[in-house]
Amino acid sequence: MTTLVYLIPVALFLGALGLTGFLWALRSGQYEDLDGAAERILIDGDEPPK
Amino acid sequence: MSCCAPGAEMTLDLAGATSVLPSSQEIRLASRSIGDNLCQTDLSVPTIHCAACIQTIETALGRLDRVESARVNLSTKRVSIQWRGDEAPPFFATLGRLGYPAHLFDPETGNKDKTLSELIRAVAVAGFAAGNIMLLSVSVWSGAEGATRDLFHWVSALIAIPALAFAGGIYFRSAWNALRHGRMNMDVPIAVGVSLAYAMSLYETINHGDHAYFDASVSLLFFLLIGRTLDHVMRERARTAVNGLSRLAARGAVVLRGDGVRDYLPVGEIEPGMELHIAAGERIPVDGTILSGISDLDCSLVSGESTPRTVGAGAKVQAGTLNLTGPMTMQATAAAKDSFLAEMVRLMEAAEGGRSQYRRIADRVSALYAPVVHLAALLTFLGWMIASGDWHLAMTIAIAVLIITCPCALGLAVPIVQVVAARRLFEAGVMVKDGSAMERLAAIDTVLFDKTGTLTLGQPRLINGQSIDPAMLAIAADMAAHSRHPFSKAIAGFAGSSSQPGLQSVSEHPGFGMEAVTEGNTWRLGRRGWAGWKARTGGEGKYGGYGGTVLSKNGMIVATFAFEDAVRADAKATVGQLQDAGMSVQMLSGDTANACRDVASTLGIEDFVPALLPSGKVEWIEALSREGHKVLMVGDGLNDTPALGAAHVSMAPATAADVGRNAADFVFLRESLLAVPLALDISRKAGRLIRQNIAIAIVYNAFAVPIAISGHVTPLIAAIAMSASSLLVIGNAMRLQGFAKGSSPEHASRDRRGRAGMLVQQP
Repeated sequence: MTTLVYLIPVALFLGALGLTGFLWALRSGQYEDLDGAAERILIDGDEPPK
Repeated sequence: MSCCAPGAEMTLDLAGATSVLPSSQEIRLASRSIGDNLCQTDLSVPTIHCAACIQTIETALGRLDRVESARVNLSTKRVSIQWRGDEAPPFFATLGRLGYPAHLFDPETGNKDKTLSELIRAVAVAGFAAGNIMLLSVSVWSGAEGATRDLFHWVSALIAIPALAFAGGIYFRSAWNALRHGRMNMDVPIAVGVSLAYAMSLYETINHGDHAYFDASVSLLFFLLIGRTLDHVMRERARTAVNGLSRLAARGAVVLRGDGVRDYLPVGEIEPGMELHIAAGERIPVDGTILSGISDLDCSLVSGESTPRTVGAGAKVQAGTLNLTGPMTMQATAAAKDSFLAEMVRLMEAAEGGRSQYRRIADRVSALYAPVVHLAALLTFLGWMIASGDWHLAMTIAIAVLIITCPCALGLAVPIVQVVAARRLFEAGVMVKDGSAMERLAAIDTVLFDKTGTLTLGQPRLINGQSIDPAMLAIAADMAAHSRHPFSKAIAGFAGSSSQPGLQSVSEHPGFGMEAVTEGNTWRLGRRGWAGWKARTGGEGKYGGYGGTVLSKNGMIVATFAFEDAVRADAKATVGQLQDAGMSVQMLSGDTANACRDVASTLGIEDFVPALLPSGKVEWIEALSREGHKVLMVGDGLNDTPALGAAHVSMAPATAADVGRNAADFVFLRESLLAVPLALDISRKAGRLIRQNIAIAIVYNAFAVPIAISGHVTPLIAAIAMSASSLLVIGNAMRLQGFAKGSSPEHASRDRRGRAGMLVQQP
């Protein structure tokens, strides 16, 4: 029972961390262009495209 | 046309683009200001397809003056460019030179992504809550007792609150809306079931009870939200694809003021009496009268006539027609809201009958289902009340009945099939506006086709090319390549590009034809009376009927060209397949009886009605509907728009007028008409699967409800039963992907090959 007192918050915290991460990625537009992101790794060059 | 290099112009023209590149003012009108003197313009570039394209476009646009940044979105095939200053940098010329035909995209109104991101966030929250609660529930099922169980229940109750508030809110709002209007939809039993389950579980938790249904209420929301999100994504994709097509209505026009000032005004601000300058390649923005200039007008989108009309001073022109060859000055006689286009929209709205009365299968089922379920729960409560007298026990069992019958499978049964079907159609280049369109398409028994632009491409094709002297043909093709007239494009397209040296001073005489000089000889390509101004001798052919286009050398006719309107690829096969499927196929057209008879006999259509006005088409459809027929209308022109609205269900090609595309339920992007039988076939199969899925859901209830009424349901049984029925329904829907592909491998491969071609073809 005592282990549960900290294990459950830890589990929930980690889950919430994942959820926040996902929502952040969504908000910052990382899901806007999934096909483009897959292709862009093939573009090489020293400077990032403008 | 001033801004672009001639080379780029040629490539674009040969690729089928009939309109001029948008002027700088038009780009300005379609951009949105993002502050700090910056403007953002969105372009739709359908031919982007790989990393190399992205890089080429971004570097080339980024190098232009005053361009702040250019970003390609490969998923939506769009480029958004941020630029500063008053005049738009030459995006179109740059992209044209690189071989990427582009067109302007209207600025988004901003409501596009709100629903989607709300749904995705709701799925994420519900998924997180469902996962965690399920873990705690499994511990309870495997034997947690006493204080531990109470702790787990309390934690579950806490986790469920954000899920219910955030994810459940979508269902509560929709259910409340339906109830307020006295209707019933699938969300009503869902909202009732979820909230009662939560309330009862909370009561149980407070009183240290055994059974809590937090897991059931949250995972139910999670499953249903997945279905709803997929449905939304599918429709959004179709909508974006249709929006990405080029706009065929004028955005604005150059207004000539009395003092010689030229202003570019949006269509809505043009008033009767204003003088407008219409360059070659522009669309007429409002109804009007021509003051000066001679040109050929392409009326195919407006009237369904395929041969261009020659107009001069004094002629009346309708909004939406395309000015092909020469610049003109016209006087507006009506504002945009009173023009032909607006009249069509009004006719369409007046005609919209059958569609608004249609009720979706899911709504019809839930109108029956919800009262039955709620009545069953009430009877269970009363029954147990009488039998045991324990209101707590009676209440628990009644709520268990509601939970187990909560239409998880039923809520997924219809949308999941439609998502799979829409995806299958999307791959074949057919965009579906919403799920109800597929339900309606499955019920039709009559197919009506428009002629010009639908059964035919609306573009003439050279038919006597083989019998013309190749040397003459080559000269004609070189001259023709300088013109935008459909006949010229047909000649140029037939001969291909065989660049002949020596053509000097090619000039276009609007309404007559082309003139060129080589080594002292004057060549003319155009109307018989104008080109062959000397004796009518030489290679006169017997094909005189279709316009009589000739090539002459110093006034002597040396070649005669004959054209016919090219029939759309696979039109005959399409008509055959539809007739085999038991459809009655008819053709409605605004064109002459003779032109219709030719096309109808080529395609094997027995019934056709020529020379119909837009309202005539609507009346024809309404007459058929009164006889009890369900009509599919396939059409593209402005004159078909009211008919598209009046029909039970409608389809339009990507080349259709803007209003038509928006009015149609289905839009097909590829050239082949086989999209029509394909959509019909998939819709019918989807309809069958939907009925099967509903049957599965009902059978599930037939087993589960007696168990629930007898009081044997525990949270574990509810969780297993609900997940199992959902999986069964989803699995059944996936079969559509399998057998739709299996039955038409031939179409699939042909479509795939056609894809590249079609993308280039979109004007």
